Amino acid sequence: MMGGRRRILALLAVGGLLVVLPPFLSAYPLTLLTQGLIFAVFAMSLDLLLGYTGLASLGHAAYFGVAAYVVALMTTLHQAGFWTCLVLALLAAIVLSATFGLVAIRAVGVYFLMITLALAMVVWGLAFRWVSLTQGDTGISGVPRPTLGPWSFAHQTAFYYLTLVTFLVAFGLLLLIVRSPFGMSLRGIRESEGRMRCLGYNVWLHKYLAFILAATFAGLAGFLWAYYNGFVSPVEVQLITSVETLLMVALGGPGTLVGPALGAGIIVFLKNFVSVYTKRWLLILGGVYIGVILFAPQGLIGALRERQSQDRKSSRYPAGIKGDTA
Amino acid sequence: MEFWVTQSFNGVSYGALLFLLASGLTLIFGVMRIVNLAHGSYFLVGGYMGLTTVWRTGNFPLALFTGSLAVALIGIGMERLFLRRLKNQVLAQVLMTMGFALIFQDLSLLIWGGDPYTIPVPPLLRGSFRLSLVVFPVYRLFIILAATAVGIALWLFLEKTRAGATIRAAVDDGEMAQGVGINVPVVSMGVFALGAFLAALGGVVGGGFIGVYPGVDFEVLPYAFVVVIVGGLGSLPGAIVGSLLVGLLDNFGKALFPELSYFTLFAPMAVILALRPTGLFGKV
Repeated sequence: MMGGRRRILALLAVGGLLVVLPPFLSAYPLTLLTQGLIFAVFAMSLDLLLGYTGLASLGHAAYFGVAAYVVALMTTLHQAGFWTCLVLALLAAIVLSATFGLVAIRAVGVYFLMITLALAMVVWGLAFRWVSLTQGDTGISGVPRPTLGPWSFAHQTAFYYLTLVTFLVAFGLLLLIVRSPFGMSLRGIRESEGRMRCLGYNVWLHKYLAFILAATFAGLAGFLWAYYNGFVSPVEVQLITSVETLLMVALGGPGTLVGPALGAGIIVFLKNFVSVYTKRWLLILGGVYIGVILFAPQGLIGALRERQSQDRKSSRYPAGIKGDTA
Repeated sequence: MEFWVTQSFNGVSYGALLFLLASGLTLIFGVMRIVNLAHGSYFLVGGYMGLTTVWRTGNFPLALFTGSLAVALIGIGMERLFLRRLKNQVLAQVLMTMGFALIFQDLSLLIWGGDPYTIPVPPLLRGSFRLSLVVFPVYRLFIILAATAVGIALWLFLEKTRAGATIRAAVDDGEMAQGVGINVPVVSMGVFALGAFLAALGGVVGGGFIGVYPGVDFEVLPYAFVVVIVGGLGSLPGAIVGSLLVGLLDNFGKALFPELSYFTLFAPMAVILALRPTGLFGKV
């Protein structure tokens, strides 16, 4: 573990930079930062499942996507306002995950992976084919930036601050969740499901609630994404998006909140940065996937902690990819 | 009536193509418990290699052979050098095979460009024939025959040969198989190569039918997964039944409810999973 005070200072410093710096940035870095924060929320939500509960979901994009579609449809068809969209988007993610969870939570390990993949395909199929509602592959464009009372978030900087506030709220709430007794039980389930069951915990219910909570935060990210991007298409719900989010979590470090946020930032930056310089960015992204698994299987935060704990001759490893076996 | 016959025939022929793809995936899964997201890439690369072979030599049977063999070698390389060290690490396997899938996708784009191609098939397999009022394309019939032949060969191999028996032993209980002297790592490598071979064979066969184009890898991958999930991981009979079911559901879904066609495919699968989480023929 990093020294408590040092860690808090580092977090405050990064947070301070995120608040102070943006007005001095030009448009492009600002959009990157906004994108990074949105995906940070998405990645942290997935980590609640993957890192804390030990459930590797291959269909997390479904909840991100369904919320984004709700925002796109409500704003373009019904000119719905900010709060209406927020409530409906989160509700859509909750209802969808509560339904899918009934099917998925029964499965463990690799079956859970396959079932979440398959369920997400249902959503993708509807987004892709239900053309009269979703406009299929063309996607829904023209989602306006939101206004909230007297404030308009049309301007890039204003929207950035909206994203930052949402990110901080999500971070705080997730921190509360993982530090609560409920969060502790989730970690217990990750370490040993059987033991938790013997101790009298309702393992199924814990997993089910974690599944819905994770989907809700993914929906929050999707909600922001629809406004940010102004455009929603089946890309948002496809398998590759789900896997990319897994990569963000794995790269940063599963079982931490800072790790996935960091991973999201790195991947977003890399995708945008590399694609400017070369057409072969998919090749490089593929290399990143393989490199993370080969060289940083515990993620960046995990590698950092490992180095520090080696300094103290302790061998407590944070749970990482190696812990999430079938 | 014609509608039902034609659509059923189309569904069965598509199911036959899916069987080529999914039988390999289910075998790999059965022995090694690997969720291989690069399996669609084998289909893609196999198709492209077959295409190049037909362009160079004009020999379609040779294309079937070279495409599948080349990809089988790629599969061996992936298994030996990268996947073997990730035993039992599901998430790491998913991410690594995804990395390979992206690399294959981009390399194919670099080598073969972005245009869609159809592999030219021999004159014998072109055209169609008519039975009473219904027209059957010859090539679709060829796919059904090819998949049947592969299915029978696989069944004979798995049930009647010593190598097949060791594979079944490794599927049932890898540790126990190791304990009685079966070299499970070698079996795993062989099964991985066989799975890649079959997927690439599907790619060449499918190249004369749905074509080869960028993106076909991730288009067929979910289908293969659905077949394997519905049939049961690691089960050959499951792959047969799953392929036919998925082929038919997909075809009738597209014909009857075009807007909900993927829904009509994936929703019944979700129902099957809700009732039988291990699939129709899967063991726990």
